Amino acid sequence: MSMRKVAVVGAGMTKFVRRAQETGKELAWMASSMALESCELTMEDIEAVCLGTAPDAFDGVHMKGEYLSDGAGAFGKPYMRSYVGGGTGVFAPIQGWYHVASGLFDLVLVVAEEKMSSYYPHAQGAFLTIFDHTTERPLKPNLLWIFALEMNRYMQTYGISKEDIARVAVKNKRNAADHPCALLGDADITVEDVLNSELLAWPVNRLDVSPVSDGAVALVLAAEHVAKRLTDKPVWIEGVGWNLDTAYWTNRDLAYPRYVEYAARMAYDMAGITEPRKQINIVEPYDPFDYKELHHLEGLQLADRGQAPQLVVDGITNRDGDMPVCPSGGLLGVGNPIAAAGLMKVAELFWQLRGEAGDRQVPGTPRRGLAQAWGDLMQVGTVVILGR
Amino acid sequence: MNDRVAIIGVGWSGFRPVSPEYSYKELMYAAAQRAYHDAGVDPRKDVENFITVAEDFDEGTSIFDEYTPDQLGAVLKPMHTITGDGIHGLATACMLIKTGQFSIVAVEGHSKASNALSQDRITGYAQDPVTNRPLKLNTHFVAGMEMARFLHDTGTTQEQCAQVVVKNRRNALDNPSAPYAAEMSITDVLSGPPLATPLGVREMAEHADGAIAMVLASEEVANSLTEIPIWILGIGWNNGSPGLENRNWSRMEFVRSAADMAYRQAGIQDVTLAVDFAEVADIYAYKELQTLEELGIFRPGEAGPATEDGLTQPYGSFPVNISGGCLGMGNLLDANGLARTLEVVLQLRGEAGSRQLDDVSVGLAQSWRGVPTTSGAVAVLAN
Repeated sequence: MSMRKVAVVGAGMTKFVRRAQETGKELAWMASSMALESCELTMEDIEAVCLGTAPDAFDGVHMKGEYLSDGAGAFGKPYMRSYVGGGTGVFAPIQGWYHVASGLFDLVLVVAEEKMSSYYPHAQGAFLTIFDHTTERPLKPNLLWIFALEMNRYMQTYGISKEDIARVAVKNKRNAADHPCALLGDADITVEDVLNSELLAWPVNRLDVSPVSDGAVALVLAAEHVAKRLTDKPVWIEGVGWNLDTAYWTNRDLAYPRYVEYAARMAYDMAGITEPRKQINIVEPYDPFDYKELHHLEGLQLADRGQAPQLVVDGITNRDGDMPVCPSGGLLGVGNPIAAAGLMKVAELFWQLRGEAGDRQVPGTPRRGLAQAWGDLMQVGTVVILGR
Repeated sequence: MNDRVAIIGVGWSGFRPVSPEYSYKELMYAAAQRAYHDAGVDPRKDVENFITVAEDFDEGTSIFDEYTPDQLGAVLKPMHTITGDGIHGLATACMLIKTGQFSIVAVEGHSKASNALSQDRITGYAQDPVTNRPLKLNTHFVAGMEMARFLHDTGTTQEQCAQVVVKNRRNALDNPSAPYAAEMSITDVLSGPPLATPLGVREMAEHADGAIAMVLASEEVANSLTEIPIWILGIGWNNGSPGLENRNWSRMEFVRSAADMAYRQAGIQDVTLAVDFAEVADIYAYKELQTLEELGIFRPGEAGPATEDGLTQPYGSFPVNISGGCLGMGNLLDANGLARTLEVVLQLRGEAGSRQLDDVSVGLAQSWRGVPTTSGAVAVLAN
């Protein structure tokens, strides 16, 4: 069936920082106004607002979407917040996509905001209440601990070493040194630095993990006829996909993210992509932990199972490699304000495909990019494919 | 693109003040099973996309989205949460179907409010933590202040508000799913204890547990699956100011904007001519009157006298909350909008039993997300 084409026409982003002085509302508005300025629009032009933000527990605000609404520019407008845990940042533009593709709206603002520093003493505490209250919470699991389980399973299944995985952190933190909004960019970091950092929950060391951050990102989406009036360089949303697996994560094989594969296949079908390794030029997979970038490349069908580490070793995923992965610096380097980090990846594709990524620009003229996020209990995959 | 969207299946479990023998998952499962059966679809094979409406603090779980797929048959399927009311969920399903990418979408909403010891303290956490929360304003106190302003500005009386309670709880006597049915007089309502003067305890909807699921489909699929598709002619939603300090306390402009959006889609010029009956959010009795005025069904200040005159009774010219509304069925948190829509669907199908209205073809459902939100949605449905 014919589909209404949807373009990204503007993007804005705050710095990602450890502790923002601004409120969540202010962060949301800073990103929104930058996105509007980038395509010379005002809130008057925007017909609806879509918001992405992760657990309400971070801010200690019930109905966080309602609280953030005026900061996100939604006063007097149709407004909804979508929510798929860590996958929210890449879901928010999917939400914007269906607002426009439905024919109901021509110009939609998509905002993702996160302020994790409000949580005292540490945002990880908010994650203690994500577990099943009957079967899991009595065991007192935390997020680092369950991701350590998954990382260990991935390493054991394919015989992958910690050195291979640490290379991802090094690549991304080095890439982030070129990002003006990055929190943890480091041009000189080495594999040894990662391996020698503090052990958190074996096999996870501190530098294997992205930092807790505050920040916001916004995009402006437009219907085809409006996009062509606004810009000579629209970037089209060619495909979207999302998929949610069972909550019973203990019953699944953690070595392979099937939900990411299904989400990717949905997006590939929509975009008419049959050979993703040839047809996707830039990848921004979700990298809250370094092993997740590898894990997700395999789920996305961009690497064979257990073979993603070799792509890093061979330099293929470098910014100047055949398939640049996280040229932005990813969550490991730019920072991980949950929902904002996911939307940052989509914004990065927008800038890369328009040739506006500055020092981070990948060589050549990339035609198409893919952004992906992951969330809930190692359970949901969200995928957006952008193309020129 | 798919132009028309219909509700082809509805299912619910509840509604009861407490449900100690069921978890929220069991309530959701029962409601979804009935909706799928009603629509004649298999969630594993036929339903292409799923939506739940929920809020973390109401569930007592962070990232509640995690716990939505299993009991809905949505494992390894596209599914997401909207932190909005059920009518926001229906609007999302409409948009997904109108993209042309999906033909059958399921929406679910539920309440397990009985799990919370102090519901009004949870809603207190919805106030702005910097500018509003330090004032320590109880949720019902905010509603009481708003009611006082509404009565002052419109000349509506406390007796007229009490009449809403009398009507809705009596309507609920004909609804086997309504736990707060009662035969009351205006004196009974007004002689109850005060909640936040002028608001009385008996003018507030008590909480209830339950779940509601609906299956929506594109026109082609709807016509192939059911004899009685209920068409969504228009659906609108809107937000006002989340802050208490900069909103209009006697108005709900966001309801008017949401209604205008829905009416525009439905091609409605005069709602009183086009729509036969309505189900509106009566979490507090005065809200029904305020809402009817914003919806354009009555002029400002006229909803109270109209209610007094019986115009909104089941036998009146414009029946409102025949189901019993939130006052009769209970406040179902973000499932409220689905409960209102459920009654509209049952009435339009002619399946409302002893409370069935004669000759209805277009009905309206409206939701409001409660204090302190200014978030509302409106759906116009037809058979």
